[in-house]
Amino acid sequence: MNCAHPISKTAGLSCLRALTLLLGIFIFIPASRGEPVSREGRVVIKYWEKWTGFEGDAMKAVVDDFNASQNRIYVDYLTISEIDRKLMLATGGGNPPDVAGVWSFMVPVYAENNALTPLDKLAAKYGLKRDDYIDVYWQLCCHRGRLWALPTTPASLALHWNKKMFRAAGLDPEKPPRSIAELEMMNEKLTRTNEDGTLKVVGHLADEPGWWSTNWNFWFGGSYYDNDHLTVDTPENRASFEWMQSYPKRFGKENVLLFKEGFGNSFASPQNPFFREKVAMVIQGVWMYNFIKNYAPKDFEWGVAPFPSVDPVKLKDVTIVEEDILVIPVGSKHPHEAFEFMKYVNSQKPMEKLCMGQRKFTPLKKVSPEFLKTHPNPYIKIFIDLAKSPNAKTLPSVTTWTQLKSDLIWAVGEVMRVMTTPQDALMYVQKHQQKALDRRNELWGRIQNERLKEWDRREAEL
Amino acid sequence: MTNREKQNLKIGLLFISPWVIGFCLLNVYPLCASFYYSLCNFSVLSPAVYIGGLNYKDLFTDEIFWKAVSNTFYFSAVSIPVGILTSLSIAILLNFNLRGRGIFRTIFFLPSLVPMISLAVLWLTMLNGQSGMVNLVLHPVLDLLNSLFGTNMRPPNWLQDERFAKLGIILTGLWGVGNAVVIYLAGLQDVPRHLYESADLDGANFWHKTRHITLPMISPVIYFNGIMTLIGALQVFAVPYVMTSGGDGPGRSLLFIATYIYQNAFDYWNMGYACALGLILFLIILSLTVLATRLSEKHIYYAGK
Repeated sequence: MNCAHPISKTAGLSCLRALTLLLGIFIFIPASRGEPVSREGRVVIKYWEKWTGFEGDAMKAVVDDFNASQNRIYVDYLTISEIDRKLMLATGGGNPPDVAGVWSFMVPVYAENNALTPLDKLAAKYGLKRDDYIDVYWQLCCHRGRLWALPTTPASLALHWNKKMFRAAGLDPEKPPRSIAELEMMNEKLTRTNEDGTLKVVGHLADEPGWWSTNWNFWFGGSYYDNDHLTVDTPENRASFEWMQSYPKRFGKENVLLFKEGFGNSFASPQNPFFREKVAMVIQGVWMYNFIKNYAPKDFEWGVAPFPSVDPVKLKDVTIVEEDILVIPVGSKHPHEAFEFMKYVNSQKPMEKLCMGQRKFTPLKKVSPEFLKTHPNPYIKIFIDLAKSPNAKTLPSVTTWTQLKSDLIWAVGEVMRVMTTPQDALMYVQKHQQKALDRRNELWGRIQNERLKEWDRREAEL
Repeated sequence: MTNREKQNLKIGLLFISPWVIGFCLLNVYPLCASFYYSLCNFSVLSPAVYIGGLNYKDLFTDEIFWKAVSNTFYFSAVSIPVGILTSLSIAILLNFNLRGRGIFRTIFFLPSLVPMISLAVLWLTMLNGQSGMVNLVLHPVLDLLNSLFGTNMRPPNWLQDERFAKLGIILTGLWGVGNAVVIYLAGLQDVPRHLYESADLDGANFWHKTRHITLPMISPVIYFNGIMTLIGALQVFAVPYVMTSGGDGPGRSLLFIATYIYQNAFDYWNMGYACALGLILFLIILSLTVLATRLSEKHIYYAGK
């Protein structure tokens, strides 16, 4: 009985200590981790961003820097999935965020549907100029002669090849293909089949990863859109689709489908067919470095070069450029403060911090030597040069792009499954989509004057 | 109407008013609004522009819409009978007085608790043409058949092959039959025992009893499940949407009416056209439900009638 008392006292003390520790965890840690800067007494702006993971962390770091850099505005950063649809509904419902991080392909349709604030006046006021940017990235923010967005992180695409697989196939690992013909010659040497004829390893597949399969026409000198008219069914576009169809015709359509089915949804994983040495050459963006670093085997040897075109002289350094952008939705309660934040992101130092964090390059022309020197991607210069190339192509700046893309995806599928000829598929898309575009243009014709006046009025009110 | 009746009417209306208000706000208004928007060019963000019956005119010449209609009808025509047969058969088997019956009932009900999105992701892996469980089971079966008949059959690449994609979705849907099984079981337990005892005395076998007692007695339950499955099948959306990553499958074989409505509303910014499509789907479901009710009227037995 005598022993019981000291023991219970010790136990009681331990409990008290544990309770204090727990309270500390609940009270102090959230306080120190949550908001390094107080929002008290500031204008709070809501910022919706689509990125998660390390890309989201990079943007969050820039937001924290902005919040710490001044005491007038507080940016409330929120990650949103399916941001394109949610932004549409929130703006329609009159309760949008003050600033949103979206994709450049959304500019034409969002601008024309009155969802964005025109930014020319604010850009002029804050001294932002087209000349400060790699031209194509400024261009991606414009529609119908007005500025609707500011760039954040840009991207361009290039060929990534596996040097080890090149060496094993008896190819020079330092010499990537310079034309489509050369690529196919190498493809033949790299491709190996199993005993039953199914594919074991391929040099290149037109639809792996398949993210830009609808736009191979750029490497054949084609385009889909020219001055309010679609140019889907042209010899150049047909040539690109014929090239795509040559894969199932050569390898067997069932074999290609089965081979691809084995990849599953494995891009961001060690199962990625490029890392597993199933595919030797792929087209990928500047972000690929990060995935190679995280998921590829330690002895993975890779190189980057412009993806070869059908004519290496006339069509040199062809690439697709895309970018993430910041926009101010119509209905934003604090457009000036939102733009001040956007302007901060577009200053050299924060932009370099953001782009370095996302392992990309900066859309600004002015780049610090440290940025290039310390950038972990050894091929970053190639991506920058590609973005500056006269053959840097953008997705069609057309308001019916998502509809057109859906039809093109169907056409690619039909062609890759050898269900139809490239000509028939493209003729169908041309006819079907021109009708949709004509309908959209007809409506635009009816509301154009009213809409332009509204844009002027909105800009004047800023 | 006497004063007392008027008083009763007022009280009755007062009690029913929360439902009436909710129904008007959440059902009648959206239905009327979507009818109005179906006559407009409307993108949610801009004011609607009246265009008369143009959306309906477009709809009848829209090949993709008709593809979606034929896909939806094919899916319904196969999945409804397969679903009813499967769930009814399972329910009849689970109604036998077996040892561990409760465990079996739980096991068959469990898959229907899996959320639809998880179900789609799970079956995406199961139906993988190269490494999926379904093909791992099919492989030895087909190998045996090939060796017996000298054929060269290979398991299908389910979701990448236009001919098999819809069957893959139907197979996925069978995982959700647990709910229907529970309803059938409740119906089966309500069938009076004395009917079976009389049939036994008359020398009826299992099939006779199922055909002449069980099925007629649970016909209202079959009718209810049939109508619910019909409505569900015509509105199929989430599973194919997830399994195709928001696309419409090989050769648009997995494009259903609900998917096409969603694409038009949220991907193409054609909310007016999507409203027209929605109303057409509403009319299709309404007419098929009325038709099913009329056709089955004579075959349903209500003990109270």
